[in-house]
Amino acid sequence: MLDKLQNNLFKKFERFLFFLGGIANLAVQNFYWLIVPPYKKKRIFEQAQKAGLESLPIISLISFFLGVILAFQISYLMRRLGSEMYIASIVALSIVRELGPVITALVVAGRVGAAITAEIGSMRVTEQIDALETLATNPIKYLVVPRFIALTLMLPVLTVYADMIGILGGWVICVFKLGISSRLYLNITFDALLFKDLFTGLAKTIFFGMIIAFVSCYEGFNVEGGAEGVGRATTKSVVTSFILIIACDTFFTALFYFIFP
Amino acid sequence: MCSLMIKIESLTKSFNSLGVLKNLNLKVEKGSTLVVIGRSGCGKSVLLKHIVGVLRPDSGKVIIDGQDIGQLNAKELNLLRKRINMVFQGGALFDSLSVAENVGFELLEHTSISGKELFVRAKEALSLVGLRGIENLMPSELSGGMRKRVALARAICTKPEIILYDEPTTGVDPITADSINELIRSLHDKLKVTAVVVTHDMKSAYKIADRIAMLYQGQIIIEGTPLEIQNSEHPIVHQFVNGLAYGPITETTEQFK
Repeated sequence: MLDKLQNNLFKKFERFLFFLGGIANLAVQNFYWLIVPPYKKKRIFEQAQKAGLESLPIISLISFFLGVILAFQISYLMRRLGSEMYIASIVALSIVRELGPVITALVVAGRVGAAITAEIGSMRVTEQIDALETLATNPIKYLVVPRFIALTLMLPVLTVYADMIGILGGWVICVFKLGISSRLYLNITFDALLFKDLFTGLAKTIFFGMIIAFVSCYEGFNVEGGAEGVGRATTKSVVTSFILIIACDTFFTALFYFIFP
Repeated sequence: MCSLMIKIESLTKSFNSLGVLKNLNLKVEKGSTLVVIGRSGCGKSVLLKHIVGVLRPDSGKVIIDGQDIGQLNAKELNLLRKRINMVFQGGALFDSLSVAENVGFELLEHTSISGKELFVRAKEALSLVGLRGIENLMPSELSGGMRKRVALARAICTKPEIILYDEPTTGVDPITADSINELIRSLHDKLKVTAVVVTHDMKSAYKIADRIAMLYQGQIIIEGTPLEIQNSEHPIVHQFVNGLAYGPITETTEQFK
């Protein structure tokens, strides 16, 4: 029994190492092909549009709700402590430092990462990736590089946008429900926010973008077994991205805690 | 004109410990058409993918025009691939690009061709395979037979020296099949293209082949002119070319059951 469990764990660990190796290999190739000409801007714009512009509605909706929820929950505590003044600063800090970046990354992983895996996976299954190679076009350069650039550039932009909408959500509740004046809310918000808050929040989103790009492309390239395989890979891609994003966030939060105390 | 274009030396490949190609040897002369016949799933497509370097052999060599594919770096391999094109079984057209962009893909990627010029070149290639007026459609709007012909147009658009065909006549009607045969034949006659065609359509094989080779259990068991193959007394070849349900091929399959 214990032996079996051990064996099982060992196999899982082995598979995880294999996965990390695959991701590292993809990353190295990606950075190589990133600097090799020719550079096709059109493909990057296409991907940036898919990853960035088309994600705006869902990001708006979710971060607005998030701001609303935060304002209510925090007001519950602050009212008990008699310090409703601080609602604005807590909403701003928790959104800019933590929730904005993570929620945006998770939404993009679910929306864009899944689409990338499904698209590349279908291309693998229908031999389109082999066809790219026979047409003297490197699949990494053609498929991975534009997605990588688009995601790493778009995620910080989307995060800034999500931060603003989240703060707006908090503002709506504070001003219309809790009776705090609009000017006071904004003053407290901008007083509370320091440059390092914005910086630590945005720096990690670049890495989140890389995680989404590499994981979703890797899973797509390694699809086996037809339509079912594409489905399985898509699920795996989203789940793996989620786990890695949260793990990466933990790491950076701890790191920044010590660097910028 | 008897220099070798493609030479395969003791090629071995297995997937998940299942041996697909075992010590396979094959030669194709410049400007000639070799048809490889064999049952479905016997490794014919795998053989083609080794010639274009999409798959790497476990052991053995693939030599194209004197260059060993395994020894080339990425840049040299790309240069060689510009001289080789492959027609995939299901077409393998890019879903996100229009028919014209698909056909002119190699020009679009490797030259600074203008949109108008691309359109003209694509139109030219499409008219060779008997298609017109579909340049702006997407691959998903085409029928299976049309996709196959668009894939063919993509392969001939840049006038490569070697074209590999993976079952070009499977899944199309007899008339289209014959026009594809005619096209392969005329490319061979006019442009001196070296071709390797994988098929199990014997009618097409007799029509287009200079030589026919049969792949069986990972090896080439016979190679000869169409006439030699047709009249071969080798029991396995005889069963296959005549399409018989009973014979040595099905007997060995029975044994495995």
